[in-house]
Amino acid sequence: MRFAVLVFPGSNCDYDAYHVVRQVLGERAEFIWHREASLDGFDVVIIPGGFSYGDYLRTGAIASLSPIMEAVRQFASAGGLVLGICNGFQILIEAGLLPGALISNSGLRFISRQIYLQPEGSGDPFTAGLDTGRSYAMPIAHQAGNYLVSPQELEQLEKNEQIAFRYVTAAGERTADANPNGSCANIAGVLNREKNVMGMMPHPERAAEAVLGSVDGLALFESIIGRS
Amino acid sequence: MIAHVYITPKEGILDPQGETVGQALRNLGIDKVAAVRVGKYIEIDLPGMARAGAEKVTREACERLLVNPNIESYTFEVVKGD
Repeated sequence: MRFAVLVFPGSNCDYDAYHVVRQVLGERAEFIWHREASLDGFDVVIIPGGFSYGDYLRTGAIASLSPIMEAVRQFASAGGLVLGICNGFQILIEAGLLPGALISNSGLRFISRQIYLQPEGSGDPFTAGLDTGRSYAMPIAHQAGNYLVSPQELEQLEKNEQIAFRYVTAAGERTADANPNGSCANIAGVLNREKNVMGMMPHPERAAEAVLGSVDGLALFESIIGRS
Repeated sequence: MIAHVYITPKEGILDPQGETVGQALRNLGIDKVAAVRVGKYIEIDLPGMARAGAEKVTREACERLLVNPNIESYTFEVVKGD
């Protein structure tokens, strides 16, 4: 499969994502600068983490207006897979490709540590190969990862199975303590209605090799390429 | 004209910064403070525009970029520049 890894001014997880696709999975990957306007020939688009445009105005707000985002919109509406990680999730939300909002962590601090998350089994290609009974260890590193939707929107997300991941304890319990940032209903990742666009705050690309302390993120990439 | 845009977290939206500042004010003994909301102030220079046009441009700027209506509300005023 051919992956596009988007690069904005301030992206800083782009090489990590590229490395996982090329070196760990052995698939094809190319960096695509945000001024470009085409995603022709790609199967998957990764919008990586970082601090695009220095988080000016709101996280992801300025990047969501970059020329490449119109191509992402077309790519997604044609059924292409789009994965937004951390700042990539924030960009997808600001672009209107995913529902809700991401506001400052409830504790107001930047959090960089390992957390556990559990897939909901929402019938999406990103988590198809993951075990819904398992807790996956991945790092988070963000200031604005507090996922927010109205109670009505939350009900819709539940009903449409648009919740991809929730924060849990190592033992798989969905408790308030397992929720690092105050996210509504412990939500760590969401899908669009068509389930070909996913955003998540945790970093699977930083948990894809044993040397990094966890290989739990690899399962997600293997799921995408149908190798699980 | 100059537009003064005030953006605040929407009513009912968690504002941890505002809560923290409110608590700090009460800790200082400024205990009449019931609630604080921390937002943003943006100034937009709109030279050579009449009031109606400046208001229209400012509203468009708010709706298309400056404000995220899911979490923020805004007000603005347009005043004469130098």
